[in-house]
Amino acid sequence: MSSQTSISTEQVAHLANLARMTLTDDELTRYADQLDHILHAVARVGEVAADEVPAMSHPQPMVNVWREDVVTPGLSAEDVLAGAPAAEDERFRVPRILDGE
Amino acid sequence: MSADGQRSLTRSTAAALAAAIVAGDVTALEVTNAHLARIDEVDPAVHAFLYIDHEGARAQAAAIDAKIAAGEPVGPLAGVPVALKDIFTQVGIPTTAGSRILEGWRPPYDSGVVDRLREAGCVILGKTNMDEFAMGSSTEHSGYGPTHNPWDLERIPGGSGGGSAAAVAAYEAPLAVGTDTGGSIRQPGAVTGTVGVKPTYGGVSRYGLIALASSLDQAGPVARTVMDAALLHAAIGGHDARDSTSIAQPVPDVVGAAHKADVRGLKIGLVRQLMGEGYQAGVSQRFDEAVEILRELGAEVVEVSCPNFEYALAAYYLILPSEASSNLARFDGMRFGLRAGDDGDANVEQVMSATRAAGFGDEVKRRIMLGTYALSSGYYDAYYGQAQKVRTLVANDFAAAFDQVDVLLSPTTPTTAFKFGEKLADPVAMYLNDIATIPVNLAGNCAMSLPIGLAPEDGLPVGLQIMAPAMADDRMYNVGSALEAALVNRWGHHLIEEAPAL
Amino acid sequence: MTTTDTTLTFDDAIAAYDPLLGFEVHVELSTNSKMFCGCPTEFGAAPNTQVCPTCVGLPGSMPVVNRTAVESTIKIGLALNCEIASWCRFARKNYFYPDMPKDYQISQYDEPLCSDGYLDVDVVDADGNHQNVRVEIERVHMEEDTGKLLHTGGDTGRIHGADYSLVDYNRAGVPLIEIVTKPVPGTGALAPEVGRAYVQALREVVKSLGVSDVRMEQGSLRCDANISLMPKGSPVWGTRTETKNVNSFRSVERALRSEIIRQSNVLSSGGTVVQETRHFQETTGDTTSGRVKSDAEDYRYFPEPDLIPIAPEKQWVDELRAGLPEAPGLRIARLQQEWDLSDFDMQSVVNAGALELVVATIEAGADHSAARKWWLGELTRIANSQGTSLAELAITPAQVARLAELVDSGTLNDKLARKVIEGVLAGEGEPDAVIESRGLAVVSDDGPLLAAIDEAVAANPDVVGRITGGKPQAAGVIVGAVMKATRGQADAGRVRELLFEKLGVTPE
Repeated sequence: MSSQTSISTEQVAHLANLARMTLTDDELTRYADQLDHILHAVARVGEVAADEVPAMSHPQPMVNVWREDVVTPGLSAEDVLAGAPAAEDERFRVPRILDGE
Repeated sequence: MSADGQRSLTRSTAAALAAAIVAGDVTALEVTNAHLARIDEVDPAVHAFLYIDHEGARAQAAAIDAKIAAGEPVGPLAGVPVALKDIFTQVGIPTTAGSRILEGWRPPYDSGVVDRLREAGCVILGKTNMDEFAMGSSTEHSGYGPTHNPWDLERIPGGSGGGSAAAVAAYEAPLAVGTDTGGSIRQPGAVTGTVGVKPTYGGVSRYGLIALASSLDQAGPVARTVMDAALLHAAIGGHDARDSTSIAQPVPDVVGAAHKADVRGLKIGLVRQLMGEGYQAGVSQRFDEAVEILRELGAEVVEVSCPNFEYALAAYYLILPSEASSNLARFDGMRFGLRAGDDGDANVEQVMSATRAAGFGDEVKRRIMLGTYALSSGYYDAYYGQAQKVRTLVANDFAAAFDQVDVLLSPTTPTTAFKFGEKLADPVAMYLNDIATIPVNLAGNCAMSLPIGLAPEDGLPVGLQIMAPAMADDRMYNVGSALEAALVNRWGHHLIEEAPAL
Repeated sequence: MTTTDTTLTFDDAIAAYDPLLGFEVHVELSTNSKMFCGCPTEFGAAPNTQVCPTCVGLPGSMPVVNRTAVESTIKIGLALNCEIASWCRFARKNYFYPDMPKDYQISQYDEPLCSDGYLDVDVVDADGNHQNVRVEIERVHMEEDTGKLLHTGGDTGRIHGADYSLVDYNRAGVPLIEIVTKPVPGTGALAPEVGRAYVQALREVVKSLGVSDVRMEQGSLRCDANISLMPKGSPVWGTRTETKNVNSFRSVERALRSEIIRQSNVLSSGGTVVQETRHFQETTGDTTSGRVKSDAEDYRYFPEPDLIPIAPEKQWVDELRAGLPEAPGLRIARLQQEWDLSDFDMQSVVNAGALELVVATIEAGADHSAARKWWLGELTRIANSQGTSLAELAITPAQVARLAELVDSGTLNDKLARKVIEGVLAGEGEPDAVIESRGLAVVSDDGPLLAAIDEAVAANPDVVGRITGGKPQAAGVIVGAVMKATRGQADAGRVRELLFEKLGVTPE
């Protein structure tokens, strides 16, 4: 298990890309170190022989929590756009999706 | 109002304030003004608040006074001020979750907790400081500077809810609401000499609570007495259909249990894995004394073993970052909050990445990457999947223990409040603060921390944790109230009164 | 692929390669409210007016499952012969995109609500023979739709070359059902037709359940068609492409055909097919390269902690199963037999979009030939001339049934009936009211008829002579004159009877 947990700066860069965070070279090096350290500590979960143990995603054994298909009041366009970094024509304005030519 | 009058109002319990306000002995506005004055006086040193809503609080108080004057019915905590952790949405009030990425954001909707506070008649004074997105045990990870422990301003107030605990400990508010994902209510309670409760998961609405780890987060009360905590717990607890994980049952009678305060015939278990080695001497000493008091009060004390608690910390630091990495994705600069790097030329991916790089602090970035790693293909089974199995084992340990005993006890934290910067460089050392509080979050049951004295070596507060089964929250109030009464009887006052003047 | 010369034709491609198909169809459910919040789902509202903290992904917001959406999904699963999970969870699919408010989509991953079903589709091969192809269904699961992006600047509102984009979250959170097939092998030259027939049959199934509008042009039914080629006889599957933006049944067929030709030319010239998303271009009938599916894509699925698992009770599922309408394919076969129609005639009914109308007209009392005659004849003519559909005409099956009844009883003849239809469509009320107000009933009282016959006989002595002289077929002239005189309201059969009676002629 612990042999798996060696994190390279390339891996950190990949994770940062997946998580959409621009990191400096210093950060890449530091996080590689720290993630390595933390992963060594948390890899202990692998020590428990738990093949037959069910995984627990929810702390309570509840099922079937739902609502009836009824329309309820929401927010006005004004309220929802008030917090937007940029808006135009009652819509959220976001940067271009693809790079320009 | 005289300075003495103000002092007596800010030193009063929530229970006493509620009674005095509804009886007409004092107005809600007077009570609110006294607390706002106290905040203005001490918060520059403590920095418990990120936002103080002077006008809004006075308006809420005046509205309560008008209702009382008109003979209209009011809620059980009418006119009682409360400090709100800055993780709950409140219409029009800046809500940052301690992060620069949300600086200036004013939510267009109220959280479930705010709804309940309004129904109870509480006056919301403002928003309290916290580690960014509740990630931390010291408030050193707040994007707006740390909160200082009222017992010693050079020390941490605990975290993530250090602001809520410090506000209550510094008499800036009689009550505060916190959230507890791995100890963020209980650990600050322990190190500030206050009472903090993590209710049963699903006991208090998470609607409008900015999620850290959805399957672990739980809102709960912070107070100076067990009874006050019970009153606030009863006010904010209960079913909310807007939170699918909310339990559709009435809140257990926590106020009745706090009144009962009788442990005769009760079976109390001490968790072997949460004692001894690694715990500060003064912490262990005060813990042993408290256990002895409970024995004297008529409880039967036994030792129980929860062998899988050993793996709880590791499981927690996989589950939490995993869920957090997903919960925090929405902070991308598109719909609300900060946007960085939008120069008209950068594409959306670059702007999102620049925004998150600029808006998130160090600890948040670290945990997001850890969670991203733990969930990624090829690693999921070994990390996240395995952590969820450990979670089952921890829950099984609790179930087996509660077959034998009514409640479990442990010290809340291994140490008293540490100094700023002491553990900042070593994330794993920081994570170890939560060793005793985490198992309850994993299993979803409830726990309380209450003050049991000062550690002889440093004169700082020590907390004792009472753990009870899911939806048996009343048990910990019964035990906590009994122990508190015995300690107050012994000392002649509440521990908090030993805190140095600010 | 820009410069590859197209040398292989479709037939060449099929001779050399076996196509392997797969389909992912998204269906937007027609619930009142969204999947996880109470916002309305109506199409075409002003931007960002059907939103709340949950569907815009504001901090602190939480999802709550729409029970009707779960029920609709189970119905679709049952109609596709799937097993319904006794316990399943939602999962988060994590990826960043500005039309995705939370930067994750709530979906289902390894625990779909419905799995392992099938849909039989009917295709006609080159020799005109019907072939039944069983398309196996891998899974049917629930998820939420995204918001809509509007690309601004650059040319023509396309994502390429846009300066920036605008987002409307009205559609974000609308319940979406994804229906995924298992790989469909062995279709050979029929692959494009199978694709079209599958989507068409699927649409009919979903439509019959009444859980979605299933309108491809509005995007409430969206099809992604996957295809790969493997050299004939090879046991190894080729690299597949996923073609999106296929907005009609015909496009499914065209896209598959084009992709088979393109891939076969790539392979035969020694190239390799790139695993990618491709976009179908309606104007050219070709597909163009889209996003390359790289290894970097890692959705990091995990169970959605904000939602509680779904565990449909057996009794509920049984009730839904019992309440399912007859499968459309089986129903059509049954009706064809009941109505005693040829394949061609039955197909005409279906193609005209008249099936439900004819069935409803029969239910309202008409016999099937009359119902078919009116809907496929006069009413189809009117619909075509108005550029509308039969269903949109302002006449109900009950009104058509009444019309048929009036013709049957002799109150109306066909010509008058057409006038009644005209009146009903003009909003003049029920058929009986139109007859009344327009004075359209067939004149069956002999008095006025006899007077008109007398007049016509007097005016046409030579015709009368031919009739009495042994040519009764010449009576048509007199009958026509009488009909004209009575403005078409006479019963032509009765006029003929009375004429022969008057002239003392016995027609054979």
